[in-house]
Amino acid sequence: MDQFEVKVFIRLRPSVLDPAGEAIKSASSKLGVEGIKSLRIGKMIEVKIESNEENIKEKIDLLCDRLFANTVIEDYEYSINKL
Amino acid sequence: MASFTVGIVVFPGSNCDRDVAWALEACLDIKTKFLWHESSDLNDVDSIVLPGGFSYGDYLRCGAIARFSPLINALHDFVKSGRRVLGICNGFQILTESGFLPGALVANKNLNFICDDVDLNVITSKGGWFKKLNKKQKIKLPIAHGEGRYHCDQDTLKNLIDNDLIALKYKTNPNGSTSDIAGITNKNGNVLGLMPHPERACDESIGGIDGLYTLKSLITQ
Repeated sequence: MDQFEVKVFIRLRPSVLDPAGEAIKSASSKLGVEGIKSLRIGKMIEVKIESNEENIKEKIDLLCDRLFANTVIEDYEYSINKL
Repeated sequence: MASFTVGIVVFPGSNCDRDVAWALEACLDIKTKFLWHESSDLNDVDSIVLPGGFSYGDYLRCGAIARFSPLINALHDFVKSGRRVLGICNGFQILTESGFLPGALVANKNLNFICDDVDLNVITSKGGWFKKLNKKQKIKLPIAHGEGRYHCDQDTLKNLIDNDLIALKYKTNPNGSTSDIAGITNKNGNVLGLMPHPERACDESIGGIDGLYTLKSLITQ
């Protein structure tokens, strides 16, 4: 068994309106930062997991598809680092 | 024969469970039983309500964690048997997260938590959840949600329309829902999910009785 550190990034699909992102975009311009064309909020989940190397990807895909993300509204991607 | 019993599911964070029990017991004289989310024995109940609230604190996404409770696992066979399931507000969110109903509920377009009475058009007669006297049947029910914007892709929307699965539409869209959708049913019509709260419209003294019919329809067999 090996130890892995996994970072999962979850984003709203482009077709889903992100009103919270719009609100932050608006606040950014009030801060005086101009030129922001798009601002969307996502989530990042860090997981430390013990697993065999051959099935780590399968485990993370299962977690992402069934729990971390709702694929009706969200896309995900992840990076896996062996510790 | 035991009397018809409606099971009301209680998750950690549910907060409309007792309102539903009051509406069913006191207003409609229908027997209820609270079902803790860790229970998977649904033999004693004839239909089920997933009430509003914030199951598991709405952590991750509304309804995302509730989906993994033993009760929701048992609900698959319950639904297949044709018995009726009503998901109100957070209950609707749980039904979409669990795959009983298509689409998802996301943050309101204007980010406000909206607490208001809304006018609704009854669209389908599928499942007999609403008294549909004519094509333009309207009802008024309260809403109270921050994440009630129904979202689905165009293929899902077409499927909902083609199969007459849209139960309710907002007359004036309060939250940015796709196609003004406030509630939908499954293909068999025995599962209804809606953001408005019928249990809060069961007595004239608190503002209306348009929710009575939907709750009463839980005892339709």
